[in-house]
Amino acid sequence: MPIDQSYVGRAYPASTTYEVGREHVRAFADALGDPNPLYRDRDAARAAGHPDVVAPPTFLTVLTNRFGGEGPVADPGLGLDYSLVVHGEQRFALHRPVHVGDVLSCVVSISGVRDIGRNESLTLLTEVTDADGAAVATMTTVLVSRGTAAPKPTPEA
Amino acid sequence: MPAYADVEVGQALPEQTFVLTRHSLVLYVGASGDDNVIHWNERAAKSVGLPDVIAHGMLTMAEAARVVTDWAVDPGRVEEYGVRFSRPVVVPDDDAGATLVVAGSVEEKLEGGRVRVSLTASVGEQKVLSRASAVVRLDA
Repeated sequence: MPIDQSYVGRAYPASTTYEVGREHVRAFADALGDPNPLYRDRDAARAAGHPDVVAPPTFLTVLTNRFGGEGPVADPGLGLDYSLVVHGEQRFALHRPVHVGDVLSCVVSISGVRDIGRNESLTLLTEVTDADGAAVATMTTVLVSRGTAAPKPTPEA
Repeated sequence: MPAYADVEVGQALPEQTFVLTRHSLVLYVGASGDDNVIHWNERAAKSVGLPDVIAHGMLTMAEAARVVTDWAVDPGRVEEYGVRFSRPVVVPDDDAGATLVVAGSVEEKLEGGRVRVSLTASVGEQKVLSRASAVVRLDA
């Protein structure tokens, strides 16, 4: 079943804020096998000019999973069958580094749905702001829904 | 950290190799919160037409970023990072796992001490990421 195009523009604010935890950043870096001290050591992070430990560039993906259950992917009205979905593309625009202790808010919006042959692509934008309302990051996620595009009229011979 | 003034377009960043095993995927499930069954359940992965369990695209993306963050030393200097997931990374149930090879080079010098780095990521002969690039702010 095709994705409902009328959902383009719809926004899904997260129901609560998200606090970046010290042990979570360390565990994320551990999972990558990345020994960078700026992910663990506050003094090392401060020496590099940061207020506290820095999160890895892709860390904000945790927001997608934390709030996925209340976002567009879980919205039954959108008509996305998650079992047919693959992650096509991901971009991060980091307006400033993410630090331990940041209290973040995020809003996911549906920015586009289009057909690519028999597949459809769904583009989601996640705007992340801090406790002061300042922009922290913009995440762009392109999901590909396999085989769900509406059938096209057959071109006349 | 390399200085902006010393960096040249075309300059290579040190290539790195990352081994992704089932253990890596389990750790990443816990750390990221992405518990999609195709990343840990072979039966579920095969039922949707995959050859075996596959790595999270976001895990591959995170490992590839290390070529940039290790070069920049301060990972907080990464201002943009984007990839396309061109092929899944299949992770067999053995001790060898999948070996990801990531290379990078300076593609462009930008305003404000920033450089754009392009990345390639391969498993064997196959490119698993495409259009992968990052913008990093260096010291003058």
